[in-house]
Amino acid sequence: MKILEISKLLNAEVCWGEDRLESEVCSACGSDMMSDVLAFVKDQAVLLTGLVNSQVIRTAEMMDMRCVVFVRNKKPSEEMLDIAKESGIVVLASPMRMYDACGVLYANGLGDHGETANHE
Amino acid sequence: MSEPLVYTFLVDGDNFTSAGEASVKMKKNLRMLAIAPDIIRRVAIAMYEGEINMVIHAGGGTATVSVHNDKIEIVLEDKGPGIADVELAMREGFSTAPETIRNLGFGAGMGLPNMKRNTDSMTIESTVGVGTRITMTVNL
Repeated sequence: MKILEISKLLNAEVCWGEDRLESEVCSACGSDMMSDVLAFVKDQAVLLTGLVNSQVIRTAEMMDMRCVVFVRNKKPSEEMLDIAKESGIVVLASPMRMYDACGVLYANGLGDHGETANHE
Repeated sequence: MSEPLVYTFLVDGDNFTSAGEASVKMKKNLRMLAIAPDIIRRVAIAMYEGEINMVIHAGGGTATVSVHNDKIEIVLEDKGPGIADVELAMREGFSTAPETIRNLGFGAGMGLPNMKRNTDSMTIESTVGVGTRITMTVNL
């Protein structure tokens, strides 16, 4: 799924990364606990979260993620966007709640295992 | 390359926002050295967890990363309160982080176990009231 499609499905504002919306991603995860993301996530390219601080972007960078989606109308700070620019991570902000946002993406084919990345 | 490449970072203990900067820089350095991406990620995760720990618990410290022919060694040193019971601290879910840290998305008691999981060896030397030194290696 293209990041552009994610932004449309989630009715999200693109806070940074307008020129990277054509990037393809194959899997996503949702968590407000960065400790858990660091410990349990593997190869998910998109992080949905309701937590807003710079460590969210850093965690995404450590996990080689491509896109962070802030749910529940939370908006990232300028400082966070600077870190995202530095790391090349697209930042989206959606009015949807976590459960709904994850559900919509899942229902539209964005799973948590990145199967589509493995086809020959 | 017989001599290891050594990178040293100061981890600022007063600023939670800047925590992780050293890991980001190290990640870039390893990319420039053309280290395999899965190795880079393991080093980055282990070092980042360690950095966060030093900021939460120890008022900062230093991180020294040495890139050898056959391994990457990460040494994290702080002059914090030390770890009274290392075995307990290694248990998944055990955390002494305050509520304020949990609200920032950390302190789930996964840091040390996750550092161990992402590295090939990890030793913790800690003296209460003196500080902690964690040495981790990732084989190349």
